[in-house]
Amino acid sequence: SAPCPQWPYCRKRCSYCNFNKYVVPAVDEVAVRACLVREARTLLRLSQVQSVTSVFFGGGTPSLASPRTIAAVLEAVAGAAHLPAGAEITLEANPSSAGTPRLAGFRAAGINRLSIGVQSLDDAELRLLGREHTAAEAWGAVEAAQGLFPGRTSIDLLFGLPGQSQGAWARGLEAALELCDNHVSLYQLTLERGTALAARVSGGALPTPPQDLLADMYQTARAMLVAAGFRHYEVSNFARKGALSTHNLSYWRAEQYIGVGPGAHGRFVPRGEGGCSREARVQTLEPDAWMREVQSQGHGTRRRVVLSPLEQLEEVLALGLRTDEGITHEHWGHFSPHLSLEAVFGVPGEAKDLQQQGWLVLDGSGLRCTWEGLALLDSLLPELLCQLQRR
Amino acid sequence: MALAGRTAMRWARLRSPCPAAALLCLPPWLPAGPVACERLYSSRGKEKLDMSTYPVESIRNFSIIAHVDHGKSTLADRLLEITGTIAKTGRNKQVLDKLQVERERGITVKAQSASLFYSHEGVNYLLNLIDTPGHVDFSYEVSRSLSACQGVILVVDANEGVQAQTVANFYLAFEAQLAIIPVINKIDLKNADPERVEKQIEKLFDIPADECVRISAKQGTNIGKVLQKVIEKIPPPHCNTADPLKALVFDSTFDHYRGVIANIALFGGEIQKGHKIVSAHTKKRYEVNEVGILTPNEQPTHKLYAGQVGYLIAGMKEVTEAQIGDTLFFYKQPVEPLPGFKSAKPMVFAGMYPVDQTEYNNLKSALERLTLNDSSVTVHRDSSLALGAGWRLGFLGLLHMEVFNQRLEQEYNTSVILTAPTVPYKAILSSAKLIKEYGKAEITIISPAQFPDKLSVSEYLEPTVLGTIVTPHEYIGKIIALCQDRRAVQKDMLYIDEHRVMLKYFFPLNEIVVDFYDALKSLSSGYASFDYEDAGYQAADLIKMDILLNGNPVEELATIIHNDKAYATGKLLCERLKDAIPRQLFEIAIQAAIGKKIIARETLKAYRKNVVAKCYGGDITRRMKLLKRQAEGKKLMRKIGNVEVPRDAFIRVLKRQTDK
Repeated sequence: SAPCPQWPYCRKRCSYCNFNKYVVPAVDEVAVRACLVREARTLLRLSQVQSVTSVFFGGGTPSLASPRTIAAVLEAVAGAAHLPAGAEITLEANPSSAGTPRLAGFRAAGINRLSIGVQSLDDAELRLLGREHTAAEAWGAVEAAQGLFPGRTSIDLLFGLPGQSQGAWARGLEAALELCDNHVSLYQLTLERGTALAARVSGGALPTPPQDLLADMYQTARAMLVAAGFRHYEVSNFARKGALSTHNLSYWRAEQYIGVGPGAHGRFVPRGEGGCSREARVQTLEPDAWMREVQSQGHGTRRRVVLSPLEQLEEVLALGLRTDEGITHEHWGHFSPHLSLEAVFGVPGEAKDLQQQGWLVLDGSGLRCTWEGLALLDSLLPELLCQLQRR
Repeated sequence: MALAGRTAMRWARLRSPCPAAALLCLPPWLPAGPVACERLYSSRGKEKLDMSTYPVESIRNFSIIAHVDHGKSTLADRLLEITGTIAKTGRNKQVLDKLQVERERGITVKAQSASLFYSHEGVNYLLNLIDTPGHVDFSYEVSRSLSACQGVILVVDANEGVQAQTVANFYLAFEAQLAIIPVINKIDLKNADPERVEKQIEKLFDIPADECVRISAKQGTNIGKVLQKVIEKIPPPHCNTADPLKALVFDSTFDHYRGVIANIALFGGEIQKGHKIVSAHTKKRYEVNEVGILTPNEQPTHKLYAGQVGYLIAGMKEVTEAQIGDTLFFYKQPVEPLPGFKSAKPMVFAGMYPVDQTEYNNLKSALERLTLNDSSVTVHRDSSLALGAGWRLGFLGLLHMEVFNQRLEQEYNTSVILTAPTVPYKAILSSAKLIKEYGKAEITIISPAQFPDKLSVSEYLEPTVLGTIVTPHEYIGKIIALCQDRRAVQKDMLYIDEHRVMLKYFFPLNEIVVDFYDALKSLSSGYASFDYEDAGYQAADLIKMDILLNGNPVEELATIIHNDKAYATGKLLCERLKDAIPRQLFEIAIQAAIGKKIIARETLKAYRKNVVAKCYGGDITRRMKLLKRQAEGKKLMRKIGNVEVPRDAFIRVLKRQTDK
C-alpha cells in the first residue's frame, strides 16, 4: 500500500494549475501537521495494510511544509504499519523552496526521493507559466538535490506551451538532459478550464498549440530520451538505470493507495470496518473544513464509492495500458480470476482490430500498447471498454 | 324599399338597451359603461343575436392587405375599437393575431375574422373584416380570405413605401377583381412622405393619388375616413337570402371539445341550428349545431343570412371534413358548387427529427395536433440511419417552415432537428420500364434516394418562382450580382420613384430556399424587400451528388443540385464535414462525387497523439467517467465503412445554417 499525504498550500498560483490548492498568508502548520498525522493513522488502521511500499508527499507545494511535518507523518505511518527501510519516500518540491539546507532537512526527516517541478529551463516560458523560479534557480535546485539524493531525483518538464516551437522544445529538452538525473516526467500542458492561461488562449491573447505540433514534440522527446538511455515506461514518464517510480507504478497497476490530506484521493479496501470491496475515496477539499472533520472524527473522508468488479477492471485497463509493460496476465488475473485477458480481448472484436492496425499487442506476457499505440491510448480505450462491457 | 323599414325596426329595438348610441352603434350584447372597458374582447352573452336586421345591402366584406410591419394588425385593432367590437384601451395590440408566434414576429399566420357593427348616415352596417396573413408563403390563405370579400384595404407604410409584398398582395386582390382602397399609414412618423407613396401607388397600380387615405393607425387618425370608404367603395355581396343555401367554407379550426369550427361565407340562403346540410365535396350529411359570428371570438346567432360571414359547428370530427373551398348546401337542395380553391402545394421540404429518439412519440402527437389546424403541411414518415425515426415535411415556403417549427417549440414545448430545406424536383422518364413501374412518365422527386439515373430520364425539371424585389436604387448592382449568382433571369426592372426600383426575376426555387433572403437583407442594409410567387417548372441540368467517406457513400448527405452549383456545394459540404467529424486513428478522405467523378475533397488527418498527459490518483474518477461516456457514444455513432460519424456531425452538416 502507498499512502500519499497532500500538502494543499502554495505560495503562488501558477497560471496553468487547476489542482486543489490554497494560497494563504499564514498556515497553522502545527494544526495541519496534527491532522495529517491523525488522518494517516485512522485510514491506515481502516485499511489494515500490513506493509507500506511507498509514500508520496504531493500537493500543493509540500516542500513548503517543514521537515518536522514530514517526519511526523512518516512516524505515524511507521507506527500504524510496517514501513520497510528501502520504501520509496518521495517529496514533490519546487525549485524556489529547495535550497540545500532545506533539502537536507527533508532527507533527515526520511525523504529518499525528490520530484522537482522544473517545468522549463527558459525564463520566458517560466514567466508564462506563472512560476516563481528562474531557470538558474531550477539548475541550482536540481544540482543540490542530486547531491543529496543521488540517482533518486526526478524532474518535471512541460511542453506544448502556447507559442512554443518544436525547436525551442528540443533545445530545452537537450538542456534538461544535461541537467537531469535518472528520472524525467514530460507532461503536455493541458489548458484546464478556469486557469489564467486557458483564459488567455481562449480569449485569443495566446495561440492554441496545433495538434500536429504537439504530436511532433512528443515524438521528438520520446526519441531523444530513449537515445539518452531512458526507458519510456509510462505515457509521460522516463527512467534509466531502473529508477522507475515505485509509487506511481502502483497507481498504474491499480494497487491500493491511501489519500491523506485535503482533496486527496484513495483506492483501498476498508477491511478495518469489515469491508471487502475496493472503494474510491475522496477527502474533503477545503483545508479548514477538512481539519475540523479530522479533529472531530479522525478523518475527512467526504465521499466513498464502492467500485464494482467491472469498474475495477475498467480502471485496470485505463491505467495499466499507460505503462510499457501493459497489463500482465497475472495482474489481470488478480482483479478478474474467472475471465482471462484472452477471454475478453482474444476473441474477434475491437482489440483484435486494434492489434491488426498495429496499436495493441496481446501475447504471452499480457496486453499492452505498441510504441505507436501508446501515443493514441485515449482513442483505443473507448473501444476496449466497449468490448469489456460486453463480457 | 324594404331596407328603410327594416332599419327603422332595428332602431326601435336598439333604442332601449343602448340609449347612448348616437352615431356610434354599440353591438347589442355589449353593455355600455365602465364594465365594458375592462374587457379585451366583447363579452359572450348567452343571448343569441338576431342577424336578420342586416340585409345584404348593409353588408361589406373586406380584408386588409399589407407588407409585413406596415400596420395591418394595428389598423384592424383601431377598426375593432371604433366600431365598439372591442373596448378601447391602450392594450389592444394585434387583437386578431392570436398565436404567440404572430405576436412575436409581428406577422399574421392564421387568418381571423371579426364582424363589426357601424352606423353611417343613419344606416347600420355589418362590416366583416376578414384578416389575411401578410406573407406569400401564406398566399393560399390570402386567396381564401379574399374569396369571401368584395374589397380590400391596401395598407402602405408612409415611410417605407411600396414593398415587394405590397405588390404581390395588390395583384392577388386585383386578379380577384376586388375593390381596392389604398391607405397610407404611419403619417405621424418623422420621415413619412405620403406624397411619394401616393405617386408610387399611382405609377404601379394605376390608382389616382387622391384616392389614397392618409392615416395613422397607431394614433387613430382618420380611421373613420377608412370606414366611410369601405362603405362607399366596396360593393355589398351579390346574393339573395331567398335563394337556396350556398355557403363557402373559407377556413376551419379545430376545437378539442366542439370539433371542427368552419368559417363560412353565405352566398345564398340562410342557415340555423337544426338545418340538415351536405358537403358538396364529401357528400356527407350533417346537422347544424350552432351558427354565429366572430367578434373576434365566437358569438352565437339565431341564423346567418346571405352575404354574411360567420362560423358553423355541425358535428364534423376531422378538419379534413371541412375542406377549405368546399360548398355546403341544404340536404335535397343541391346547388352548383362554388369554384373552390386549388389545394396548397408544398414547395419546400425538410426532414424533422426529435433531438432525442425517446421524444419520438411526443413529437408525433404534437405534429398531429398542429397539422390539425394547418392542413397545408404535408407529413411523410421518414427515417435516417444517423438521425433516427422522423418525418419529411412539406411546407408552403420558408417562413411557413420557420413558423411551423416555432409553433411546435412554443406551443408544444418540443425541440427538433430540422434539416436543410429542399424543393420538389420532377423528372420526365424515358425508360419504358420505369414508366410502367411508376404508372406515369412524369414523377416528382422529394428525396435524393428517388433520383432516377440520367440514362432513364429525358428531362429533369425544377420548380421556379417569380420573385419581386423592391429596393433603394443604390443597392441595384449588388442585388443583380446576387440574383445572377442564384441562376435568376431578369424579367422586369422599373423605377417606382426617383429612388426606388422594383426588380422582377425568375428564380429556381432551390436557389432562394436556404439563405437568399438573409443575403438580400444583409447586402441592402435591410432596405430591400422580397416576395415571390409560384412560376411553374423549368428544365434543369440536375445531378445527384454523393458524399463519400473513405470511398463509402453517406446516404443521408446525398443531394440533388444543379450542375453549375455542384462544385461549390460539394466543397462546402466537405469542409463542413471536416470540421464536424472528430479525428480518428486513420486518415479520412471526405469527397463529393457525381457518379464516379470526384469533384471536391478534404482530408481529415489521422490522430497522431491522443493521450492525456497526467493520470494520477485525483484524476482517475473523472477520467473514467469521460472514457465511459466516450464508449457509450461509440454505440450511437453511425459507421460509414470504418469511419465513425457522431450524430452531432450530421446535425451540424444537415441543419439549416440560420442566424449566422
